Amino acid sequence: MKKVIIYEIKGLYRDHFRVTGYEFGEGKEAVCIVGSMRGNEVQQLYCCARIVRKLKQMEEAGKLAAGYKILVIPCVNPYSVNTQKRFWPVDNTDINRMFPGYRLGETTQRIADGVFQVISKYRFGIQFTSFYMPGEFMPHVRMMSTGFEDQELAKQFGMPYVVLRQVRPYDTTTLNYNWQIWETQAFSMYTTVTTRVDKKSAGEAIRGILTFLNKQGILDYHGHDGYHSCVVRDVDMVSVRTGKAGLFDPLVEVGAEVEQGQVLARILDAYEGEVMEELRAPVDGIVFFMHGEPLTYSNTAVFKLVVREE
Amino acid sequence: MIETVTSIALPADETLFIRRHRIEPEKKSGSEKRISIVTGIHGDELEGQYVCCELARRIMQKRENLRGIVDIYPALNPLGIDSITRGIPAFDLDMNRLFPGCQDGNMTEYLASRVVQALAGSAVVLDIHASNIFLTEIPQIRVNELHERELVPLAKETGVDFIWVHGANTVLESTLAYSLNSTGTPTLVVEMGVGMRITKSYGEQLVDGILHLMNRLGLWEGETAAVRRPIISKDPDDVVYLNAATGGIFVPDVKHWECLHKGEKIGQIIDPLTGTVLNEVIAPVDGILFTIREYPVVDEGSLIGRLLCKKACGDRWEEK
Repeated sequence: MKKVIIYEIKGLYRDHFRVTGYEFGEGKEAVCIVGSMRGNEVQQLYCCARIVRKLKQMEEAGKLAAGYKILVIPCVNPYSVNTQKRFWPVDNTDINRMFPGYRLGETTQRIADGVFQVISKYRFGIQFTSFYMPGEFMPHVRMMSTGFEDQELAKQFGMPYVVLRQVRPYDTTTLNYNWQIWETQAFSMYTTVTTRVDKKSAGEAIRGILTFLNKQGILDYHGHDGYHSCVVRDVDMVSVRTGKAGLFDPLVEVGAEVEQGQVLARILDAYEGEVMEELRAPVDGIVFFMHGEPLTYSNTAVFKLVVREE
Repeated sequence: MIETVTSIALPADETLFIRRHRIEPEKKSGSEKRISIVTGIHGDELEGQYVCCELARRIMQKRENLRGIVDIYPALNPLGIDSITRGIPAFDLDMNRLFPGCQDGNMTEYLASRVVQALAGSAVVLDIHASNIFLTEIPQIRVNELHERELVPLAKETGVDFIWVHGANTVLESTLAYSLNSTGTPTLVVEMGVGMRITKSYGEQLVDGILHLMNRLGLWEGETAAVRRPIISKDPDDVVYLNAATGGIFVPDVKHWECLHKGEKIGQIIDPLTGTVLNEVIAPVDGILFTIREYPVVDEGSLIGRLLCKKACGDRWEEK
């Protein structure tokens, strides 16, 4: 294992800002794994930390294939992690909206450029990322439908789901999108949570990545092969929206199989406790995403269901 | 008349309203054109607040001159304005990346769709911004090159000092202006002043300009103040960006809207801990400083200013 500094800028009153990477093996740039890019992505940091530890053990045990290099960057934004801010501390910009970056641009554009110059050389790119809405997901691999995505490859992670995301204008500056445009096979890895550690789903994602690397001949790993992934398009998921704002009282969990008409959650009056609304499943489905805050606004998609087909 | 454009209940005993002030002529024909003035998409940009108030005051004072409908929307993001938050609080989302919104979408998308619905069909919309809390801008209008032909003639009537025609950018497709312009409602994006502050003179300048534009469009009769002839820049090479070479505290030596010669000092980046100057910020070309950093703390790469090259300034260039 070799610890390398990918990008660095000088701080005024803080320690230097550093993006640190861990290299395993030597040779062709095979796979790059990126963790926390926002300051609240603790689970993403944790997943990478475990991967670094595991790869270090595997390298020492001679289980990495010769001729390949693996790079793990646990955190692209330590300044925000250490101040517990989601975005860049000074100007609140999101590094994951700055790719491919610009060497002469503003701070977060420069960070994106400095990192992308290194990681765009890799054949496979895996990013642990998070959703803008607070909530829990079924663990899955997500790809953007750029025309360059390879579903069959994504299935090799053995995660329960592979989600194809329809590209929106604001996606065009994310790492995942730019990786694909620059011909890296890019995958976003979603575990269940973001702001806290969930060991179970972290373990599942790590197993998925090691399985994927084994199938690519990059390392020698023989764990559980995982699932026969179900491929779904994000636009085909069925959202269940609140009609009222109030306290969110869920009655199911992520991953639950639900039947059409089943009550998924209740919205309670925040002052009087009365049930203002019952949210029912519009289809037979599986709870893929669930809102993760005790309060909700109206019109909010508090559930996303994958439709169960007979 | 104060009208509610859209409203939505919040969890704890509060309703979010987006409101507008509609001012109509004393005698209506039923076929009046409409101008819409919007601001407050970014909750930390307040320059438009004065414009909204002053425009309404002047129109009400001489309402007999009004020949069209004026809709004034001072707060598209009321929760952001109230909480000194640029985006929409709780969601940490930039409202100007949500348009055209979605009637069946989440709360933010729903609000965005209702705003677009209300503005559509205006003869012209002015969307007033105030840069951000870091930079001060001269009064200017920014035009996407895709809509240059329709918008530049309107922008020239608004009394701003500068019209910047910039390249198309996919990310900007989610802005209010792009959504409206691409569906046939001409929308001008005004940038002026600085976040969290009000520059009264810029507000007065823009109100004069709006009344002049209304006059040209047949919405306002009577005398209007003479407006300035703007510099128009269409060439990306006209604008030079000045980014901080190092992190530190930026202390300016020149003022905004100053004509600078190549090699002239714009300011310093200093290190108060060691008492040293880390970097001298120098003008790389002859030009007018149309953007300057207001907020002193800089990281490496932070924008310190923008210079409009002398060749693009025409007769607005003044030798000192």
